[in-house]
Order: sequence, then structure tokens, then C-alpha cells
Amino acid sequence: MTAVVTAHGVTKRFGDVTALDDVSFVLAEHTIYGLLGRNGAGKTTLMQILTGQAFASSGNVSVFDAPPVENPAVLSKVCFVRESQRYPHFYTVRDVLRTARRLFANWDDTFAHGLAADFQLPAGRQVRRLSRGMLSALGVTVGLAARAPLTFFDEPYLGLDAAARQLFYDRLLADYAGHPRTVVLSTHLIDEVSDLVERVLLIDRGRLLLDEDADDLRARAVAVTGRAEAVDGFAAGRTELHRERLSGLVRSTILGGLGPHAKALAQALNVELAPLSLQQLVVRLTAPPTTTAAADREAAR
Amino acid sequence: MDDDRPIFRQIAELIENSIIDGSLVEEAQVPSTNELAAFHRINPATAAKGVNQLVSEGTLYKRRGIGMFVAGGARARLRERRRERFTEQYVEPLLAEARKLGIGHDELMKMIDSFGAVVGRDLG
Repeated sequence: MTAVVTAHGVTKRFGDVTALDDVSFVLAEHTIYGLLGRNGAGKTTLMQILTGQAFASSGNVSVFDAPPVENPAVLSKVCFVRESQRYPHFYTVRDVLRTARRLFANWDDTFAHGLAADFQLPAGRQVRRLSRGMLSALGVTVGLAARAPLTFFDEPYLGLDAAARQLFYDRLLADYAGHPRTVVLSTHLIDEVSDLVERVLLIDRGRLLLDEDADDLRARAVAVTGRAEAVDGFAAGRTELHRERLSGLVRSTILGGLGPHAKALAQALNVELAPLSLQQLVVRLTAPPTTTAAADREAAR
Repeated sequence: MDDDRPIFRQIAELIENSIIDGSLVEEAQVPSTNELAAFHRINPATAAKGVNQLVSEGTLYKRRGIGMFVAGGARARLRERRRERFTEQYVEPLLAEARKLGIGHDELMKMIDSFGAVVGRDLG
């Protein structure tokens, strides 16, 4: 595996707030990553550090084997599509694409104009007069057509409808097939991208919680539904992430896969097993314990 | 891709199914990993993992620079393997549910016969 990014012990403090806490990972070439986590978890701060727009308080970052800050050789290979990208206020869509062509060595002008047409972007319109969705479409167009060896998409589709998002996913996959690169996709629409990403990085309150193959995370946890005693019998000795109840019925979210042994036990105890989607798993791993859940756990004893 | 098994395994089984039902004949070229990825909207590396599993099992073979092809004898081997798993995958759960509902042996047999007749595909 060829490393494109190496982060070692990266910590970022803003006053007494720790935005990133001792984060270490490696990003490989030719891989699509999902960077997941709640708002304020530290995703954008991390991407700013990796793209040389912010300094880590401590720790080391290396991008294409060099520190990224004020390093044109590195930054020419990096594209960062931000949630709210700012452009000079008089720029038109055409101006943005023209500027991007000068900035990115691998820029494909034909691809860019094809994408702009697919997203129905009006070339002559000033960027400040674009709708929220069009602004996102412009960012996505730049990010794809740049074909940068390392591309970050930070919540790239605010205001994009389902059809436009599907267009983005399809174009990303098709272009990635012909031009493999490292893509980091930060998003809250986890179910939409769970089949697209090869690896998942999950950040929670500044800490790296998961760094795993997306396929390995499928069915990492199961929801077990049945009568309370039966669910307790199944849950015994396993890690319970969450519990809900409806009269005599309990649904418990349990860490651990659906091995043949688990299926046999479920059948014997007469409980239903349902695998957790990646999105549900992320929700359960990153949701703070609520007072009702605590009360439920208390009541369950 | 929407069940709980790893996607690469599902991709491998989809190709196996096409071989078993004859839509991919022996020595035919299978879709490339990029075509599989685009069609199923999955990561190309995941599609490649599924295809590579079939290569390592001898179901597919690689022609350098051209692509992947169905190996000779693959269909017969896959059918044999599926038959070995048939009891565990289909008969056991059927019998477990029948037992739970109090459906006896004769009744169950009658159901299978009459359902086969209804869909016009009795097992002969």
C-alpha cells in the first residue's frame, strides 16, 4: 500500500477546546474513504490540517511525503471542496471553471463542461446568484474534473436533490474507475455512500473511533428484538449499545456479528435478528447516552 | 446490495448465479470490475474482491490484459457445491417452521407437490 497521507498523533486545540485528540491514520492511494462523524466532531478541522489550511497543535502530518503547509508541490496535487466555498463576488460559473483549469494539473475541461451541463449550471451566471444546490453542484464539478490525486469533499451536497446526488455518485464511480485517486468523502448521508466507500474513518469528539473496511462494518452490530428475558439471554456477555422497549418487547442493539452460532441462539431463544446498517452503527456509536436510555437500562435490571 | 453479508460475497454469488443459470457460459468473458461497480453502484475495490475470490476458487480465470473468463467445468462444480448446502439453507429452516406450526410430514409433502403443480414446475 502506498501512503498518500500519514497523520501521526495529530492534536488541535482552540483555547481549552480540543478539536482533535491524538489522531493517527494512513490514507492509501487509489482508495475512496468515508470520513464520518457528528457535527463538531472535528472532520473539517482534520481536512483543513491535511490541506495545509491549519496547523496541528501537536503531531505530524505528511501529504505525498511532505508537510502540506505552504508547500505548492504538495498542494497542486490536492483538491478540497468545501461545504461553503467562497469565490470572488464577481465570478461567473465560467470564471470558476477557467480558474480551476489553471490550478489543477490533471484538470479535464471536457469532463468539467459535461458535468456542468449535467447539473444544468448556467455558465454565465454570477456565482453569488446561484442557488444553494447549484453552488454545491459547482463544487462537485470542480472536485471531480480536477482529478487531483487527493480530493476532499466536505459535505459537498447541501441543497442537492436526490437525483443530483445520484448523478454525483455515478460520475464519481465512473471517473474513479478510469482515473483512480484518493477521495475523502465527508458526509452525513451515510446510507447513500456506504457501498461507495472502501474504508471508513469515524471521528467522535476529536478522537478516531473507527478506521476499517466498509465491508467489514456491515452487520458489525445487530438489533435483537423479542421478549425481555429472551433478549437478555442473547445479550448476556455481549456489548449492548442501545435498548428500546415497548411493553413486553425489547429491542437491543448489540455489538458483534451474525455468525452461525448467533443465528442458532436467536432461533432457540425466539428473538429476531436484524443487521445494523452503517448509518445506524455510526448513530449508535456516536450518540451520547440519553437519560431515557439510562433509565431503560436501570429498569431492565 | 442490501442484505447483511459482505458486498464482495454478494457480487461473487451474483456471478455464480449467472453461471449456474447459464446466462454466463463457460469460456465467456465476465463483466469487468469497473462495469460491476458502476452497475451495482459499489466501490470498484469491493467488486474486484468478489471477482478475485472466484478466481482463487477456480470459477473464473484471468487472461492477462483481456479480462476474466468462466473456467471450464465451473458450472458443474458450482451446482455440486450449492447442492451440498441445499439441506442446510432451505430444508432445515423449512422443517423448523413446519414443526413450529404443527405441519406434519404428509401435509408438508402434499404442499410441495401441489405448489409444484400450481407453478407448473414440479420437480419430476
